[in-house]
Amino acid sequence: MFQKWKDRVTVTDIVMWMIGGTLLLLCLWGSVSTIRAGLYTRSHWIDFCIFGLAQGSIYALIATGYTMVYGVLKMINFAHGEVFMSGPFTGYFVAMALWRSDFLDTHPILGIIVIFGVAMFVSTMIAYFLEKVAYRPLRNAPRLIPLITAIGASFFLQYFFRGLYGSGINAYPDIEILEGFWMIFGVRVLKIQVIVIIASVLLMLVLYNFIMMTRVGKAIRAVSEDKEAAALMGINVDAMISTTFVIGGMAAGAAGVLYALMFKQVHFFMGFIPGIKAFTAAVLGGIGNIPGAMIGGVFLGLIESVAPALFLDGLGIIAPYQLKDAIAFSMLVMVLIFRPTGILGERLSAKKA
Amino acid sequence: MTKAQSLWNHGVKIGAIGGVSVLIIALVGMIESFGKRDIISGILPMGIAMALIICTLVAYIAADKTPISEKSIKFVNAVISGFVTSGFLALLVVIGRSFNMRDMLIAASPALYKALTAGIAGAGGIFLILAVGLICGIFAGVLILLDTFPRKLIIKALATIFILGLLQELIMPLIKSWNFGITNYLGKLFYTQNGLTIIGVVLAAVIFCIISLLWKANQNAIKGTYTDLPKGTQKKVKTFGFLVLAVFLIVLPQFLGLFLSEVLTIVGLYVLLGLGLNIVVGYAGLLDLGYVAFFAIGSYVVAILTSPEIFSFGFNFWQALPIAVIMGITAGMLLGIPVLKMRGDYLAIATLGFGEIIRILVLSDFLKPWLGGAQGIGAIPNPNFFGFQMVKPQHIYFLILAGCMLVVFISIRLKNSRLGRAWMAMREDEDVAQAMGINLVATKLLAFATGAGFSALSGAIFASKIGSVYPHSFNLFISINVVCLIIIGGIGSLPGVVVGAAVLMGLPELLREFAEYRMLVYGAALVAMMLLRPEGLWPEARHKIELHGDDETQTQTAE
Repeated sequence: MFQKWKDRVTVTDIVMWMIGGTLLLLCLWGSVSTIRAGLYTRSHWIDFCIFGLAQGSIYALIATGYTMVYGVLKMINFAHGEVFMSGPFTGYFVAMALWRSDFLDTHPILGIIVIFGVAMFVSTMIAYFLEKVAYRPLRNAPRLIPLITAIGASFFLQYFFRGLYGSGINAYPDIEILEGFWMIFGVRVLKIQVIVIIASVLLMLVLYNFIMMTRVGKAIRAVSEDKEAAALMGINVDAMISTTFVIGGMAAGAAGVLYALMFKQVHFFMGFIPGIKAFTAAVLGGIGNIPGAMIGGVFLGLIESVAPALFLDGLGIIAPYQLKDAIAFSMLVMVLIFRPTGILGERLSAKKA
Repeated sequence: MTKAQSLWNHGVKIGAIGGVSVLIIALVGMIESFGKRDIISGILPMGIAMALIICTLVAYIAADKTPISEKSIKFVNAVISGFVTSGFLALLVVIGRSFNMRDMLIAASPALYKALTAGIAGAGGIFLILAVGLICGIFAGVLILLDTFPRKLIIKALATIFILGLLQELIMPLIKSWNFGITNYLGKLFYTQNGLTIIGVVLAAVIFCIISLLWKANQNAIKGTYTDLPKGTQKKVKTFGFLVLAVFLIVLPQFLGLFLSEVLTIVGLYVLLGLGLNIVVGYAGLLDLGYVAFFAIGSYVVAILTSPEIFSFGFNFWQALPIAVIMGITAGMLLGIPVLKMRGDYLAIATLGFGEIIRILVLSDFLKPWLGGAQGIGAIPNPNFFGFQMVKPQHIYFLILAGCMLVVFISIRLKNSRLGRAWMAMREDEDVAQAMGINLVATKLLAFATGAGFSALSGAIFASKIGSVYPHSFNLFISINVVCLIIIGGIGSLPGVVVGAAVLMGLPELLREFAEYRMLVYGAALVAMMLLRPEGLWPEARHKIELHGDDETQTQTAE
């Protein structure tokens, strides 16, 4: 019995479990002392949760793009964050034009739909051409090459939009109907956060049903199972890969507008951090798995907004919110170490991971 | 589609791609901001030169890729594609003149249209653009019709002129600082305040052609003399070459001014970083995107130990340096352990996460009492070499040069050692390497540790060069830059690292206008490199074979 155990566990495993255990204990200790000290009231926690849910559902929308592309191409589309940025950055100019002409005040719903349409169109186009120009010629290249291409494409797109639209931070206009609060269960909640949550959930439902119910969705799933077999079944693999990018781009564009409406600002660098976070979310939920990406996104958003206060305040760390990105990245590393398959993912063979 | 259509379809298609590229360059503002510098004084600004180069290149490619081998059809395709490319610019000017697009596209300014049309208002300017596009196309078509030798001669002569014009700000101050009779005269002959003179252009082209013709005539004779030498003498010639190179590198800063020495030190630091990452990525095949973490650790160790600002340990640079390197190696090991089992993409993302975690921690208020937070640590003393204070960039240059020499020596020795071969075996296939009896854990950790040690060395020198460290100097871009430079130089190749560092770090420092578009050009260069020449500018022999092996084996391995 002992011999068997000894064969399976190596020194590095023990070291890693010790690191993991220590971190877990620290988190537990931090949460207990935070709650005991009573620094935050119940409405604070609800606030954190709602904000976390809103942010998490945006991550979830972006993460579906990562996860679908990983499913069909087995590559990390590093430039997906830029696909996310391009939509709302272009949408900003539409929004400003509508706002100046008072259209946003007179027909707010229609105006928002127009902004969404433009942003989703631009993101989709960027995603489509990205695949066509940068990734398609590299279908059978060694694995490192598409990743480096994606990094290159990411920087190119970032600085292309910087050159195109300028390097300033642009503020989205205030839209009357999205301002203010709603009372939910006796707690004041920002309207926009609730709207973001509802809109993302709706979009995710549509997307999930599209992938699960339609013929195209079925074909995409077939391609991500096995390209050759899918091709033999008469599926146009290249077209399906393009479709995947298009769907991912649409989701990212919509997520981008939601992000812009919530945080009220767009700039050329805005895609970078959400992009990496969404990737974390995709890994968290099990990369290649669409419901996993959605759950992972929401989970990451919640952790990010609750954890600094919950874990770190109790440990006596000053300004815990400065470390919220560090928490997200630590989560990423921890998940990659301890459960590379993610919450819902199936076991990837060692070659794939 | 009729046959006639399909004949010139190709030219239109490639011309459209070229047109979009030119539009991108125009709309991100490159043409306008490069327009301030002239390649040929008063005639050809750099921005326009770039547009012309693209237009000609596109036309050339269109002709070259035309599936029909008949020369006249190739020529027609070149002309059409040049015309289509310029058509996009003409369209931009037409639209831009009638609508104001500046609210959205900040570069679409009247200055851009003026630059594009050479200041001619009305329809004349648009015809000018179209005519120039046609001329570019015709020129490319003529190039295609020529034989290989004259074609190459013309292209290279034009490239020489372009490079001479591009590097004017490098050459002019140099000539001035020497202040020597003949060079002063030559400098005035070739250059004005802004750009080459026409005499300079003609002279440069003529001199280049004469040298090429002479080289072509005597090429075989010169090469023959070398290969005819006995093996021992050949080796001696090589050693002599290395000695000359070493002496050249040592005396180099004496000829260069302060600014150029500064650029050299920056390039040198990146060479050091690149050599370290080359071991991790190039030899061992582990893509590490958090490499900047070790650079930061090296800098911060030196800063904490030598600067009196936070703690006064009172170490001097030479005492702190080994400690910094040892700390770097330890950190490399520690960060290596968790990622041992990861491969490829996951490894890249996990290391990227590590790099960011370290930067965020250093930046945070939480660790401010020890690491200085966002204000960083200042007042790091200059290194003192046996009583000689190293203050100027020229002095730091020697430090970096010594570091590079050391690291190059270690890299060369490691490459052909047992460990180096184990790394390469691991890069090719981990499972097979393990089956061959290679201890993966030790081999991987040694790769991370060696790379981290070099990076920490570089960081230590960086800290003492700048005199202060800030968390903002250690962002992700450094990691990305270093990855880019070894990939553009050629993965796993030592001269490639030097070439990559010189191209990616040196050139943008010299061309100030480039600074703003540095990342744009990097991104495009990375993508283009991966698509067209994945083995890099100066590839390692084995890697080149791997990527350009005959197609049959390639498709087989891809299955």
